[in-house]
Amino acid sequence: MRFSEELETRFARLASQYPWKRSALIPMLLYAQDEVGYITDEVVSDIAHRLELSELDVRNVISYYSLLRTKPAGKYVVQVCTNISCLLLGADELFEHCKHRLGVGHKQVTPDGRFSLEEVECIGACSWAPAIQVNYDFHLDVTPEKMDKVLDQYATKAQA
Amino acid sequence: MKTILTPTPLVSHPDEVRIVSKRFGQGATSIDRYIELDGYKAARKALEMQPEDIINEVKVSALRGRGGAGFPTGMKWSFIPKQSDADKYILVNGDESEPATCKDRLIVEYDPHSVIEGTIIAGLAVGAKLGFIYLRGEYRYLLEIVERAVADAYAKGFLGKNIFGSNREFNIITQTGAGAYEVGEESALMESLEGKRGLPRLKPPFPAIKGLYGGPTVINNVETIASIPPIIINGGKWFASFGPEKNGGARLTCLSGHFNKPGVYELPLGYPAKKLIYDVGGGIPKGRSLKALVPGGSSTFLLTREEAESASMDYDWFAKRGEFLGSGGVVAIDDQTCMVRMALCIMKFYQHESCGWCIPCREGTDWLKKTLMRFHAGGGMEKDIDQMLYLAENMAGRTFCALGDAAAFPTISIVKKWREDFEMHLDGKPCPFEKKGARERDLAVV
Repeated sequence: MRFSEELETRFARLASQYPWKRSALIPMLLYAQDEVGYITDEVVSDIAHRLELSELDVRNVISYYSLLRTKPAGKYVVQVCTNISCLLLGADELFEHCKHRLGVGHKQVTPDGRFSLEEVECIGACSWAPAIQVNYDFHLDVTPEKMDKVLDQYATKAQA
Repeated sequence: MKTILTPTPLVSHPDEVRIVSKRFGQGATSIDRYIELDGYKAARKALEMQPEDIINEVKVSALRGRGGAGFPTGMKWSFIPKQSDADKYILVNGDESEPATCKDRLIVEYDPHSVIEGTIIAGLAVGAKLGFIYLRGEYRYLLEIVERAVADAYAKGFLGKNIFGSNREFNIITQTGAGAYEVGEESALMESLEGKRGLPRLKPPFPAIKGLYGGPTVINNVETIASIPPIIINGGKWFASFGPEKNGGARLTCLSGHFNKPGVYELPLGYPAKKLIYDVGGGIPKGRSLKALVPGGSSTFLLTREEAESASMDYDWFAKRGEFLGSGGVVAIDDQTCMVRMALCIMKFYQHESCGWCIPCREGTDWLKKTLMRFHAGGGMEKDIDQMLYLAENMAGRTFCALGDAAAFPTISIVKKWREDFEMHLDGKPCPFEKKGARERDLAVV
């Protein structure tokens, strides 16, 4: 398969920069996921071919890492941290708030495909808890009111 | 996919010692600004030094691993064989995933060149020509920052085949992981960098002998590496002078949970925990009192209020008690919090993150999580309390890597020190703390 020019350039660099080619596997999977939305069967076989690995080998790696997914997610993946620092400052309530607002539960996608929701473990934003990530963007010191604003912004972006 | 960068908030306190945080908020992501602020002087100086002198300076500094284990950095470097047929590597561990720890991200966000410079110096010290900076997958925005910084360093000739015109070579590769706590463990980190599942390796051989790609490898935390340039510039003695014996320098201390003034502060080793809680952290909100303190990430033994108020934040104060200073993630837990719920929150994490390789960890975390869930929901039995202790004590020290210990230690301390919280849940009673609204949102500081 053919990715965007930008990604093809990146892949070419990744495949040649490490002492062992296989090291490029995890970055390649992440970048392919960013572009395609999730890791499709086609992506698996393509990357396996590029790195001279078996598809089984690639799938074995995918299943280990929580950021890699083999099913479609929403355009914006809302990840609410409920680990210790966030929990102490109301993360449970924040997650419940998201569930109501989006009408979906953990690892589910909204019918319009704009959002998916996930309860996640520590995202390293503990001193600014409760914190969430939407795709790779951090939002810190989140209240339910702030959460509504953040979701509104992404909803508008999704329409654009 | 471009990430939005909203700068992470910075705080300050008069007791801070600015060693690795000295360029925070000063625009040092720009290489020219970094140079203006004395950047890359240490690398130039190190190029004039003998490798053993660099290692010796780091030994004298009493710098200890900032990831959590606290191993003396100079000694770690000295384990790398001088002669090696296999290539040697420097691996910078930015897989910051220990719950409550959020310091390395600030270093990479505000001062990425200090990490690059520290990596170059480590390479010069042990004779490595290639370094890796591995960040956790959630920190994609930092990858963009550090990639740009690395490109700028190449453009200036500070990286590449002829660094600083010295005819010596050093290269850096940056990448992120894809979501796995276990990968923060050094041998799992090497596996992940080799494109595999992040399973820990059996040690020995240690990474210093046979590490990444089978070559001798130095693995250091981001904050450890960022401490190297100031040590080379100002000397090991200078660095050592900030803390008690064998505890050099300062640490980025991340305050979170029930503090009036959460944030990341750089405080000297051996700082009194009482001042940390009530002065730097501003005490506990809502007029409540401290019930428990997590001293350094969720895998450390929790302290009661009395213990916390007499603690000294250095490696040895904790080591003498058979406990750990940990990763710098300090969490205050107030008196309206259910410790059973805390134990459950912590165990849920380790159960999720256990790679499943070692049976005591895989089975132990799962049983403990299930027991704690049932217990917290009111289905607890008296005998569960000792059973949990038994399970946790039998996990500790019986696994390839420290994840089993990490899950066991907080559990052991919570069950032993707050047994009455468990007893309050017996006989089908609902959690007594939820009724008092302990988990009501506490966002007054926002």
